[in-house]
Amino acid sequence: MIQSFTISIFSENSIGLLHRITSIFTKRHLSIESLNTSESEQESVFRFTVVVKAEEELVQKIVKQIEKQVEVIQAVYHLDEETVFQEIALYKLSTEKASENNLVERLIRDSHARILSMEPEYMIIEKTGHKEETQELLEFLRPLGLKEFVRSGRVSVIRPKIELQKER
Amino acid sequence: MESVLTPLVSTKEKTSGAKALIKSLIAEKVNIVFGYPGGAIMPVYDALFDFQTEVHHVLTRHEQGAVHAAQGFARATGEVGVVLATSGPGATNLITGIADAMVDSTPLVCITGQVGSQLLGSDAFQETDIISISMPVTKWNFQVTKAEELPEAIAKAFYIAKSGRPGPVLIDITKDAQFQDFEFSYSPCRTIRSYQPIPSLNLNQVKAAADLINLAQKPFVLFGQGVILGNAEQEFKSFIEKTGIPAAWTILGLSALPTEHPLNVGMLGMHGNYGPNKLTNECDVLIAIGMRFDDRVTGNLEKYAKQARIIHLDIDPAEINKNVKVEIPVLGDCKETLSELTKHVLLKSHREWLEKFRVLNAIEAEQVVKDELSPVEGPLKMGEVVDQINQITDGDAVLVTDVGQHQMMACRYTRFNQSKSNITSGGLGTMGFCLPAAIGAKLGAPSREVIAVIGDGGFQMTIQELGTVFQTQAAIKIVILNNNFLGMVRQWQQLFFDKRYSSTELMNPDFIKIGEGYGIKGATVEKREDLSNALKAMFAHEGSYLLEVKVGKEDNVFPMVPSGASVSDIRLA
Repeated sequence: MIQSFTISIFSENSIGLLHRITSIFTKRHLSIESLNTSESEQESVFRFTVVVKAEEELVQKIVKQIEKQVEVIQAVYHLDEETVFQEIALYKLSTEKASENNLVERLIRDSHARILSMEPEYMIIEKTGHKEETQELLEFLRPLGLKEFVRSGRVSVIRPKIELQKER
Repeated sequence: MESVLTPLVSTKEKTSGAKALIKSLIAEKVNIVFGYPGGAIMPVYDALFDFQTEVHHVLTRHEQGAVHAAQGFARATGEVGVVLATSGPGATNLITGIADAMVDSTPLVCITGQVGSQLLGSDAFQETDIISISMPVTKWNFQVTKAEELPEAIAKAFYIAKSGRPGPVLIDITKDAQFQDFEFSYSPCRTIRSYQPIPSLNLNQVKAAADLINLAQKPFVLFGQGVILGNAEQEFKSFIEKTGIPAAWTILGLSALPTEHPLNVGMLGMHGNYGPNKLTNECDVLIAIGMRFDDRVTGNLEKYAKQARIIHLDIDPAEINKNVKVEIPVLGDCKETLSELTKHVLLKSHREWLEKFRVLNAIEAEQVVKDELSPVEGPLKMGEVVDQINQITDGDAVLVTDVGQHQMMACRYTRFNQSKSNITSGGLGTMGFCLPAAIGAKLGAPSREVIAVIGDGGFQMTIQELGTVFQTQAAIKIVILNNNFLGMVRQWQQLFFDKRYSSTELMNPDFIKIGEGYGIKGATVEKREDLSNALKAMFAHEGSYLLEVKVGKEDNVFPMVPSGASVSDIRLA
């Protein structure tokens, strides 16, 4: 059964490690849905968050191959319900078009988005949430003067009941 | 990245990066390197000039030859093979050998020169991004752009290459880093925070495996190179002798157990023996030791050992459940896991079960082996050549093979008394491997007879390494089994492509004259009655020797598990 999995990888900050990790997905012909990397709560330990849609058996194999990399400290995978995750989306709208339609203000309010910047020519709206939520707002705003849209990779933490397999 | 470093070599004098590299190699007890010079590695070669008594450089005729030679050295000695090459084409010419070493778990440290750091990414002359190119085929790689990074990078390279599941490592050094002076000190690497080379022993896994083995009626052991890499030959022998379990080998596991051992039931896989392939689908417990269920071993996974409960001993957690679902994994270095497992298993014998292997192998002997080893008419056969070599060397030689029909024949019919005696390209199947690997093996194990058994096609892929034989005076015995075909591909064309021999027939040169050009004595043999004397003359000769044996053009290797078939569907003809 194909499901969405979040793979969390804890690693050294090493030049080229991203290439090593992504090539493991390439070898198995698996597309990455989203990817994010940043420093973790531990100094000098970096955390990759990779989202894939695949059979669990394939994800298991990929995670083992990732964990085998010399500079990877630990790699684990979880189903969506085992994690708390968010993405951030930015929407750039034509101020002129948006102001013609008072729907925009209501959409921003109802979807718990916020205006980051308001300029005479454009305005930038930020929304945090699951992909479905940011996508929904995108579909609403598309006919209302949307000029640009960008969505981040997923950031995810594992729910407290899930314990990591070993100490980092 | 942290590593525990205890300085061993330290000097207040300024040392260039290039000299520091050589001193680091010496600190790692390296006394032979294989390589080929070029612009971006010239400072290192210049430094080598001052250390000729400590480090012997073997100049191959191609970088691919250097890396295969280093592989042969590593496989014959159990030590790390070291390779030097320049940037750009020099570095990319290493890739086939590095990929070969990766899949066959061979410890290598490859050092490549790189353009100056100010030129990186500018498409400079002889610049390639070898770090990116080599990433999927190295266990680890690193680019040194400052001389002071070099000692730690080299220390890590050796530690990573030889620890845990061994593999190739590449260090790329920019030319300016080779020139820079710095205060050199060297400490071997003993640990890296993110790297756990050997999983810790889990006694529960061992006990669960022992319980299953103790209950088994028809247990069967499959062993691979992990036994050799773990120096666990004695522990392995003790384990099978206590449990009385028949054991079959993958071609990289060959020589880990003496061929004549009563529990050695032969070779697994596509061209393996009849008994072990058939009975894989009859055993009740399958114990895989240091092997990775390669597709050439398993055939169709959907029909592979479905009746068996499977135990897998391996050092690499990523191998567990990769190809075959395992009931009990036993992670760890097999020297430790096997010795612990042996404590918990019961003393048993499985005579009736073992007899089943003997019966099937007798059928194979009658239908295949007899005709292969003792033919009375027709052209010479590869099997009889291998068999006669056996009779002369008595199982004590190092056998190096290339890839193809001759490889299967040599692995099937050579007898071995000691470990680290079979050197072949298993996982990648690299034609051109044999000749340079044999040079490396001979230089690593000079007191042993090293025989390169090679097909006419593979020989010509790295034939230029005859020049290295000439220059190093490596006394290897080269036996070309010449059928004027790319034999294995031709066999497949015959069996599966309606005999459409597309581009597999070779017009070959006079190999003996080519050998003579390099000062290598040789002879050609074509008649059965001349074979024995020709082989004796080759072994009686003190230096290197090239014997061309003209064998049947369209002989095939049987038994055979056709691609995609079950191992129990193995064909005898």
